[in-house]
Amino acid sequence: MTTASIPLPRPASAIGRVPTWPLPLAVIVFAYAGIPLFASDYLYDAILAPFLALSLAAVGLNILTGYAGQVSLGSAAFMAVGAYAAYNFNLRVEGLPLLASIVFAGLIASAVGVVFGLPSLRLKGFYLAVSTLAAQFFVQWTLTKFSWFSNYNPSGVIDAPALNVFGYVFEGPHGRYLFSLSVVVALTVFAARLVKTQTGRNFIAVRDNETAARISGVPVLHTKLLAFAISSFIIGVAGVLWAFAYLRTVEPHGFNLDRSFQILFIIIIGGLATIRGAFFGAALIVVLPLVLSRAGTFLFGSYFDSGVLDMSQRILVGALIIVFLIAEPDGLAALGNRIARRLRLKSPTN
Amino acid sequence: MGLVSTNVAEWGGAKSAARARQILTLRGVTLSFGGVTAISDIDLDVAEGEIRAIIGPNGAGKSSLINVISGVYRPDRGTIAIGDTVFADVPGSRVARLGIARTYQNLALFKGLTVLENVETGRAATVSSTFIEQVIGIGRARREEADTRARSEAVIDALHLTSVRDRLVGTLPYGVQKRVELARALVSEPRLLLLDEPMAGMTAGEKQEMAGFVLAARDRFNASIVLIEHDIGVVMGLSDRIAVLDYGRKIADGTPDAVRADQRVIDAYLGVAHDDDIIEESNA
Repeated sequence: MTTASIPLPRPASAIGRVPTWPLPLAVIVFAYAGIPLFASDYLYDAILAPFLALSLAAVGLNILTGYAGQVSLGSAAFMAVGAYAAYNFNLRVEGLPLLASIVFAGLIASAVGVVFGLPSLRLKGFYLAVSTLAAQFFVQWTLTKFSWFSNYNPSGVIDAPALNVFGYVFEGPHGRYLFSLSVVVALTVFAARLVKTQTGRNFIAVRDNETAARISGVPVLHTKLLAFAISSFIIGVAGVLWAFAYLRTVEPHGFNLDRSFQILFIIIIGGLATIRGAFFGAALIVVLPLVLSRAGTFLFGSYFDSGVLDMSQRILVGALIIVFLIAEPDGLAALGNRIARRLRLKSPTN
Repeated sequence: MGLVSTNVAEWGGAKSAARARQILTLRGVTLSFGGVTAISDIDLDVAEGEIRAIIGPNGAGKSSLINVISGVYRPDRGTIAIGDTVFADVPGSRVARLGIARTYQNLALFKGLTVLENVETGRAATVSSTFIEQVIGIGRARREEADTRARSEAVIDALHLTSVRDRLVGTLPYGVQKRVELARALVSEPRLLLLDEPMAGMTAGEKQEMAGFVLAARDRFNASIVLIEHDIGVVMGLSDRIAVLDYGRKIADGTPDAVRADQRVIDAYLGVAHDDDIIEESNA
């Protein structure tokens, strides 16, 4: 605790506030209008599609873990629930619009999330994390064991339906990108608003001091389960994007424990309790293997095969996590802020 | 305990009879942790509009008492009446609605929130809109948010926190954080405010300022106050009545003057020096 040594700030701190919406708005405009100007099919399918789905999953997990302080290792399970629920709604309910299937899938993921969130009422930290592993194994087992979920398809792998919204079909790499982008923007705006409301403040209050939160009148149990519900909804929808817009198949093995860890790493590297951190972290995690593969092939030629790539990627991500936890626990988002502040200090106008 | 009755009578005479309603009544409250008794058979009355100090050496059970009143700890025996409602143990999740707010001996702020957001969280119990209404920002959610904001700003203003309004509390000096805690408690407009060493670790100037805020909490915000404080000078100046704890038992209860003159209090707490020295010292 070194807080006592920090001097009182100048009263001007409240006056110099800048609006926070122009930058995200500019990013959204660029994503819709700018990226299609130069994007190739490869960029859409191999980079942007997984980036968007993982970003959304990380936004969801960040609400639960970053804001509400409840550690979860079950993110991939909730993605799987979302993907399979959307597939089955679409398959079994005649005439149900795709968007409705996705919303219902989110709600199913939400319900499953609340059930596996119940231990959070008694367990904290490490113990809670272990109990969320139950979700991971149980969901994967259920989806493999009962072939009803994959419509008795012998391989267990099923084709995703077309992305049809009110008669318009989002086709091709560019179409699927626009579909994913729209879903991600809508839910991210929702999440960004949410964390600024009283509910969002309650999340942080429960995370930072549960007793003080309870005594101050924050409904702690309700708040924790709500965090699980909202988080699982968003992660479930991210699962739909992963399956429908990226892989275009639905299969349980893509949603394993590795994926859960990957999403957790994204929010740690990107920055806990920030919305933009989810996108920074996802970008790093998606782009890293591609950069690594190019660099490896360039430096080591044919010695750098896929096995070596996989290993070196794991080592690098592990090292990054350690470096971030020690040097910048608030992640890339805080690093970005710090660089921006440095630049502003150097500029003569300020 | 003749002392108690005479002094209550004195006190009641000093203030108008209408204000002498009980806001808090403890009877025979006992709390132990695995065989170690923290507080034992405590009776305590707090009248409306009163500043009621609890003093005693370290480990006397003062904080435990506040934790029992605010529902953090569950007592083994005894009853706690808040207004007319009698509890065997106060439900922690309902204390805010019962009109109780508190501060903590070791700060219990929400470090990831700004000063304003911390204070706003003090109004959490009054929020009835759902998260969807809050996200869209319509109807009662909008009204609640505006109301919360206005009341929080008013308290922040009253406690001179405006200049740090948008700072994360974790980055503020200790004394300022103490004040933020008081603001978070006051914004709920409590009938009963429990202050657990609000001036601990403060400089003389900060203490004086905080004493002013404690008085304002009663006079402007109409809260009755239970105050734990070690600085005898501050306690004597602020309180209407003082209860003295030692080893979990109440050894004296009465006006500041009566408590100061009590031989048992002097032996247990104020020091073993001669009576006259003590009185001079604390007057200084």
